[in-house]
Amino acid sequence: MATRPRLRGTALLGTLPFFAYVTIFLIIPTLVVVIGAFASNDGGATLENIKALGDAYILDAFGRSILLSAISALVGAVLGAVLAYALVTARSDGILRRTVTAAAGVLAQFGGVTLAFAFLATIGLSGFVTTFFQDHLGVDIYSGGVWLFELPGLTLVYTYFQIPLMVIVFLPALDGIRPQWREATEGLGGTTWQYWTKVAGPLLGPAFLGSALLLFANAFSAYATAAALVSQGNPIVPLQIRSALTSEVVLGQANLGKAMALGMVIVVSVVMGLYTLLQKRTAKWLG
Amino acid sequence: MAGVIARRARKQRIFRWAVLVVLGVFFLLPLAAMVEFSTRDSRTWPLLADWPELSATYPDLADGILASLLQAALTAVLMLVLLVPTAVWVRLRLPRVRRLVEFLCLLPLTIPAIVLVVGLAPVYAWVNYFLGGSSVTLVFAYTVLVLPYAYRAIDAGLSAIDVKTLAEAARSMGSGWATVMGKVVLPNIRSAVLSAAFLTVALVLGEYTIASLLNRTNLQVAIAFLGKSSATMSVAVSLTALLLAFVLLLLLSLVGERKRKAASPAVSSTVTKESAA
Repeated sequence: MATRPRLRGTALLGTLPFFAYVTIFLIIPTLVVVIGAFASNDGGATLENIKALGDAYILDAFGRSILLSAISALVGAVLGAVLAYALVTARSDGILRRTVTAAAGVLAQFGGVTLAFAFLATIGLSGFVTTFFQDHLGVDIYSGGVWLFELPGLTLVYTYFQIPLMVIVFLPALDGIRPQWREATEGLGGTTWQYWTKVAGPLLGPAFLGSALLLFANAFSAYATAAALVSQGNPIVPLQIRSALTSEVVLGQANLGKAMALGMVIVVSVVMGLYTLLQKRTAKWLG
Repeated sequence: MAGVIARRARKQRIFRWAVLVVLGVFFLLPLAAMVEFSTRDSRTWPLLADWPELSATYPDLADGILASLLQAALTAVLMLVLLVPTAVWVRLRLPRVRRLVEFLCLLPLTIPAIVLVVGLAPVYAWVNYFLGGSSVTLVFAYTVLVLPYAYRAIDAGLSAIDVKTLAEAARSMGSGWATVMGKVVLPNIRSAVLSAAFLTVALVLGEYTIASLLNRTNLQVAIAFLGKSSATMSVAVSLTALLLAFVLLLLLSLVGERKRKAASPAVSSTVTKESAA
């Protein structure tokens, strides 16, 4: 018995490399952000950085980030759910469903610079669709201004990875719906409308909302796509952080960047917390 | 009733194909546009296939490609060395630490890369000081970035086998911990290790945020830089990178499918083993 604590100690030693690594490259960076958000330039504690988050241009950036994430999450969730439902009506082991889910798996990861260039080639100023519309239909899609590099353009580009992500996360919930429930509804004289509003709707509601929240967090955290697409101005928070990191012009910008980073972490944590709650709720019925 | 079901099946088929066609156009159009855009200059694709010529014309791009390949390989190795022994060890000896390890591994999911890079900047000041500013040092950050995905894959692999029994059997026959890891556990979770490695490679090849903000190069940074001077070439490289990622992740899903098929007999054999004991 006396050797037991010593054994525990040696056993813990086996996890030392992992914990040492995670401390240096994950815990310390996290602490740098959290502590830095409350530190002044000379190292003292201050609330100036947090107060600066209230500046109009930062609040605007947060507002636009949230708007962009919300709209792209909503559009992605609705269209993704429709696509997922279309897949569920097909045979579960059929070639169609397997191809589309595999493609969704790839496209959900498809973000960043390559996605930005894909859209530049499509609806950029000399893109495929832009020139086709101009030459053959006489329509200038940018007659109202070049919206690709602004919020509407970002929303469109983001839906390209939001829809596939929705398919992946929502499909298991749809698979949990049993055909017997529909038959039971019909057996009791219910209509299709009643089935969707009274049976399937309430069952799928939490799963749909949870998936939409995941999509929101996904869009809110995204940086590379916007960075590659937007070169003028910093409409959203990740791009504001970029300019705080790269420009040393304004004194104390680095710590302001940390305050904005902390703000992002808080938003993502709240959203992911709600997602986990809804996920538990979903598992009760459709697990 | 049969008529209703047949009518519904037909309605569903029409609905299904309508949805697939509309969304299919949305998803295929950018890819088709990339093909069209990159073939406007007929010299683009031959140049991309000619490595010596490519590295002479676009040295930055060649550097980026090589850097990304090296980063992907080293990140996969570091991830496996760090994660597999730890995951096995906490399962065998420290079940109470397992929750903590899981929490830490999944933590990067709530920390966006752009936030991580803010905190990594001072850490990398030290990395620069000790190891220099080479782009290979990004491997440290990338290992953290892939932690959630790699951990999930490996943990799922370990859940499918009875690690404890396997390890005890090997130990009782006198093998050391190194043999247990290398010759007993590892071969049994080969497909999980493979999927973790594939995911890692796919993620590293697509990484831009950390590399660009820590002033290092990789494929994505090079593509973004190239986009400023030669749009056609950057679109061609983007398309190639995308196809590469597509093939990688397709292989991944094939590995996953084989695992699922193989999983059922494996589970039942562990069950019989346990009931026999």
